[in-house]
Amino acid sequence: MEELLVGIDVGSTTVKVAVMDKQENVLFKSYDRHLSKVREVALEKLYAAQNILKGHPVRVAVTGSAGLGLAKASGLPFVQEVFATVGAVEKYIPQTDVVVELGGEDAKIIFFTGGMEERMNGSCAGGTGAFIDQMATLLGVSVDELDEMSARSEKTYSIASRCGVFAKSDIQPLLNQGANKEDIAASIFQAVVDQTVAGLAQGRKIEGNVAFLGGPLHFIKGLRKAFVHTLKLTGEQAIFPEDGAFFVVFGAALYAKNSNTMEAEQLFAALENASTGKQFTGSVPALFENQEEYNDFVEQHRSKNIKMVYPENYSGDAYLGIDAGSTTTKLVLITPEGDILYQYYRSNKGNPVDLIHSELKKIYTLCGDRITIRGSAVTGYGEELIQHAFGVDEGLVETVAHFRAAKHFVPDVDFILDIGGQDIKCFKIRGGAVDSIMLNEACSSGCGSFIETFAKALGYSIEEFAKLGLFAKNPVDLGSRCTVFMNSSVKQAQKEGAQVGDISAGLSMSVVKNALYKVIRAASGEQLGHHLVVQGGTFLNNAVLRSFEREIGFSVTRPDIAGIMGAYGAALAAKDLGLERSTLISAQALESFVHAAQAVTCGLCTNHCNLTVNTFGAGKKFISGNRCDKPLGRSGAQELPNLYKFKYEYLRSLQGGPGVLGKIGIPMGLNMYENMPFWFAFLTELGFEVVQSPPSSRQLYAKGQYTIPSDTVCYPAKLLHGQVEALIDEGVDRIFYPCMTYNFNEKLGDNHYNCPVVAYYPELIEANVKRLNEVTFYGPYFGLHRPRDFEKKAFDFFAPKFDLPREKIIQATSKAYAVYELYRQKIQEETQKAIQYAREHGKRIICLAGRPYHIDPEINHGIDRLISSLGLVVITEDGISHLVGKQKVNVLNQWTYHSRLYNAARYVTTQPDMELVQLVSFGCGIDAITADETRDILEKNGKLYTMLKIDEINNLGAVKIRLRSLIAACGSRDKDLAVSAADRGEL
Amino acid sequence: MSELIYDKNGRLLFTKEMKEEYTILAPAMLPIHFGLLANSLRLHGYKVELLNTTHRKIVDEGLQNVHNDTCYPALLVIGQMIDALKSGKYDTHKTALMITQTGGGCRASNYIHLLRKALKKSGFDYVPVISVNLSGMERNPGFALTIPLIKKMIYSLAYGDIIMNLANQCRPYEVVPGSTDALIQHWTDILNEEYKQSKNVTEKRMEYNFGRIAKDFSELPVKKIPKVKVGVVGEIYIKYSPLGNNNLEKFLAGEGAEVVVPGIMDFMIFKADNRLVDIDLYGGSKIKYKVVTILKNFFLKVQRALIAALEPYPQFEKPSTFEELKQLVPDFLGYGVKMGEGWLLTGEMLELIHSGVNNIVCAQPFGCLPNHIVGKGMIRKIKDTYPDSNIVAIDYDPGATAINQENRIKLMLANARLAMERKVNSGKETEHTTETKDKLAGISVL
Repeated sequence: MEELLVGIDVGSTTVKVAVMDKQENVLFKSYDRHLSKVREVALEKLYAAQNILKGHPVRVAVTGSAGLGLAKASGLPFVQEVFATVGAVEKYIPQTDVVVELGGEDAKIIFFTGGMEERMNGSCAGGTGAFIDQMATLLGVSVDELDEMSARSEKTYSIASRCGVFAKSDIQPLLNQGANKEDIAASIFQAVVDQTVAGLAQGRKIEGNVAFLGGPLHFIKGLRKAFVHTLKLTGEQAIFPEDGAFFVVFGAALYAKNSNTMEAEQLFAALENASTGKQFTGSVPALFENQEEYNDFVEQHRSKNIKMVYPENYSGDAYLGIDAGSTTTKLVLITPEGDILYQYYRSNKGNPVDLIHSELKKIYTLCGDRITIRGSAVTGYGEELIQHAFGVDEGLVETVAHFRAAKHFVPDVDFILDIGGQDIKCFKIRGGAVDSIMLNEACSSGCGSFIETFAKALGYSIEEFAKLGLFAKNPVDLGSRCTVFMNSSVKQAQKEGAQVGDISAGLSMSVVKNALYKVIRAASGEQLGHHLVVQGGTFLNNAVLRSFEREIGFSVTRPDIAGIMGAYGAALAAKDLGLERSTLISAQALESFVHAAQAVTCGLCTNHCNLTVNTFGAGKKFISGNRCDKPLGRSGAQELPNLYKFKYEYLRSLQGGPGVLGKIGIPMGLNMYENMPFWFAFLTELGFEVVQSPPSSRQLYAKGQYTIPSDTVCYPAKLLHGQVEALIDEGVDRIFYPCMTYNFNEKLGDNHYNCPVVAYYPELIEANVKRLNEVTFYGPYFGLHRPRDFEKKAFDFFAPKFDLPREKIIQATSKAYAVYELYRQKIQEETQKAIQYAREHGKRIICLAGRPYHIDPEINHGIDRLISSLGLVVITEDGISHLVGKQKVNVLNQWTYHSRLYNAARYVTTQPDMELVQLVSFGCGIDAITADETRDILEKNGKLYTMLKIDEINNLGAVKIRLRSLIAACGSRDKDLAVSAADRGEL
Repeated sequence: MSELIYDKNGRLLFTKEMKEEYTILAPAMLPIHFGLLANSLRLHGYKVELLNTTHRKIVDEGLQNVHNDTCYPALLVIGQMIDALKSGKYDTHKTALMITQTGGGCRASNYIHLLRKALKKSGFDYVPVISVNLSGMERNPGFALTIPLIKKMIYSLAYGDIIMNLANQCRPYEVVPGSTDALIQHWTDILNEEYKQSKNVTEKRMEYNFGRIAKDFSELPVKKIPKVKVGVVGEIYIKYSPLGNNNLEKFLAGEGAEVVVPGIMDFMIFKADNRLVDIDLYGGSKIKYKVVTILKNFFLKVQRALIAALEPYPQFEKPSTFEELKQLVPDFLGYGVKMGEGWLLTGEMLELIHSGVNNIVCAQPFGCLPNHIVGKGMIRKIKDTYPDSNIVAIDYDPGATAINQENRIKLMLANARLAMERKVNSGKETEHTTETKDKLAGISVL
């Protein structure tokens, strides 16, 4: 009998099987989702091909990201999947220059011409099939529908492409603002393209004939379109093979030629006998040993229940609370006693306005003329939109609403933990006010919905999935890490034979660990508090609640309305307003209510915000997506002092005139935001025309994206690639970008380093930006901390190159130091003026502390202006750091920028009207150290700590919540202080 | 019991009494090297015990006690220490901890502070922490890096380097399975015995032993079959510690590769060298320059002795000297890059390529700052310069799973095997068996 070749490709979500004859003709092929039953599905498919295989000798190769486990268990030969792909491409489409292959959780690029090179995504699953699945779930559509929707798009929004969780936090607010789903669908595909181009290409351009392989690229037309468009490919250059989804398995079959021959029956036997009974190595004790234990648990939590009253049997006053959350919309109608008349909880599928519209109608019908709504309040992401649309009396920050509700259950509550679909929120209560707020950073959010997505992926409803976890015998230890990484942990567990229940229980524990150790960073349960209220839809899952209590070691309060606490709190707050009449839209007006949303790009400044203009008929309109007040047409109000603006404008104004030595370009990024005055003066004095790179923007970033070698580096560093490219475009002959191990020594710390990225990024630029061969690049090492030595070193460097006399260098050096000093003074003076202004006008002051480069509007995404628009005066850390002496901190205080931060924090604690907000760039490893320390300094001295993590994401929804919570907390703290002062008779 | 004494900054000191009374726990990174380091310390009266634990609880303790965005080595080392203190094996009131502190602009300089924070968080703030560094940071009355001690420590590292180097060259080809590890054990025993007396731990004795070690390994029966050579470079802890890199060396060996791990002496010399570079670049004290030069020359001398010992045996690949390695770097980056592993990491990749090891795993903690520049940042240019180079960068962190890491390494290995096959084919066509052919074609039977 003729020998046959068998390839088995086990991806993270699908199994592909192919059988070929010796002439490499395909006799059989299949493509199926395996729902983690890898071995079974593979076997089933082989059985389907049984009449082809039967009696033949076969050569087999297994491949794929999850194929390794199967190969190990069955003893079948394994071939790495990229390697397999290469074989198939060389055979079927030899004209290919580059292959782009997207799989379930893997993304790959293979360059064929000019030195074969393969790239796989690292530990991040962003921009893959799993990501698209996740996004479709978020929008409540199937992947096919998502594809169809994208075809009708009119524009794309920028969505963070790095990882699913980031993208979610970008998409959600867009949905809540009423952006078109069609546009979002297209934006999702664009994000995948950007991720592939930026994350994988790493310095090589994708050009020539490009073949697109793998399931997602085979099935999703919108994704194809986005790739072809972005890579500017012609119809001929873009290759979409008919069997694009099968290339890897074909490659495996082709490679099987190298395997040993076996009988087809042996192959079946090998798979049949592949050991799967093995227990997952990292397992933890079961959540419940038996039914009895579970019953006790349920009984214990039954006590905190709210009374339900039938609206039909009630007449009198009522209060409405709305929580327009990120993924869900909740409404509650309560009596003055707090009993619930009506409640509603529903995934908003991206359109909260329509949902609330129909709910309000229903509520008015229920009320009839027996019940009068005396007050209404709204909270959550969609707060402003809903408030404007329906004339809701009050808008509350989420944290305040949750606290109000928790207090109703546990009057002396001191800690609230809320795990919702998208995010974890927790806050400490001190002295009757929200004291410190911790929100999950973008990298670990989405915990609740993750369980749901996973349940769905495995073919279960969330309830079933949770139930399976309750009595699972060997819950898998999945650790505590960002959800995207958890995907691969789960994959590994499945490989090792974990059951669905074990995974369910394991995920519950991970969610809890994430909250405890990643967000709250508590060493033990007692550190949280003594009276804990846990809430959010996720806690309705008993597996999660049990995991939590076990992890902290004592029991907590979970109200039975855990899922609607925000709305309940809002309703209570509405009652607290004590209104005679509510401004809530009337039943009649509701009948004629219409809502339309339109996306526009704001042209009022260089930020080009994506605005959504919501109109509600009768000329009522609400604009969202704005970062400042400009598009709202409120121009009359005087602009508050803002040091970010001052510094940025000052540095930007440093534009040189013609010089005898010609043009020299400086990329305006990273530490140049500190050192520009120095180098500008120095180089101008030497006779150069100094050219700054143009203002940063998303487009500028995109320009340099393809040369970024490390996708986990911080955004400010990534931007530098675009800044350099832009300088080359501007036609400068030379680019000057020195390496600086050390910073200026301001004598505030134990040393005065720059961080490794800032210090040596010029080396990286020189090694990766190929276009630098169009100009002369100077990346010398200089230390500005030793002026005398600098003068000598500068002479050694510049004099021979440009034929300059020593006097010229001496002169330029002293000028440069003087100008830099002047700049520092200016900042300090301007800061004093801002503080004075604030005090004269009764404004609170925020020290928005970060790094010098955080003043770049593309990096801070307009947070400074947002703070201004909330009525606060913005100052910077370097404007006040000199006002106190060197701080004693618990860590090595060896980076100049950080020393400033510690000092600024200390100074802020001495000023009753100042708060500090720390800006942290995602990926800044050093801020893992400074954040804890800054928090320590502030909290030890009775101040609140707020940290804002920023990345390429430019949505400010979450930022706004934090800032408003901070303001609310400061307000109540001041009130308390005033009250206790009054008690002591001081007022 | 020793009194707890604090310095003026409130730092708990390791006192002379503690030296008598306390057990000092130190993390292990490389078994041979660190075993001898511990011996050196014992010779000077410190009761050192190495932590060789590897269980999951270490990571959990790390996650609970260290900011999760901190680099993975810090998380592991601190987790390991807290885990040890909680294990009940030690009288925590008579235990001190020891950790190295590099003092550069990298986060690693802060490990010791993160450790203290973690101790405080876990209620062990009475446990003193000793910083081992050559920068004069954090002095303790009960601990001093004296010249004789430093010398012994350097000899220890050199012993470790030579044994590791030779063992890595022999193990994949040994005729009798386990014979290489038996020889390592044999020499560990001899050295442990010698390290009982200071008079045996001298430069002269070391040179003599180097010769014997090289001879012993040269006599180990080996059968040279073609194997893929894979170099390992990276952030120092992740590069060397099996706890940090999920047993990378073992995995590679299991895949049939010969593992080439550059020694630790280069790192020591590098750390001395960049103090000199600093003064060259930015100016500084001439006296310091002289002192550091003496130190560096001493390191270089030890390294030369190590290389000389391999000289008589052409079958062994000799490591380059530090100065040779340094010559390879300027086309890629400047000597000013000193934070973390600095230019040395790039240099090690280049040295590997120059010595015919084109396949390299560059291992680093997730988000490692210096490696953005010297690791991942240089791969593009290395690849352009040496098209045959085959480098894979792997990130390690508590959430990264072995399966993803292994899959990426397997891709590198598949390419390595293909390259080797092409090379072999272009040479002699006929010689190898079907079995090796299978292996070469990228198929591995598991």
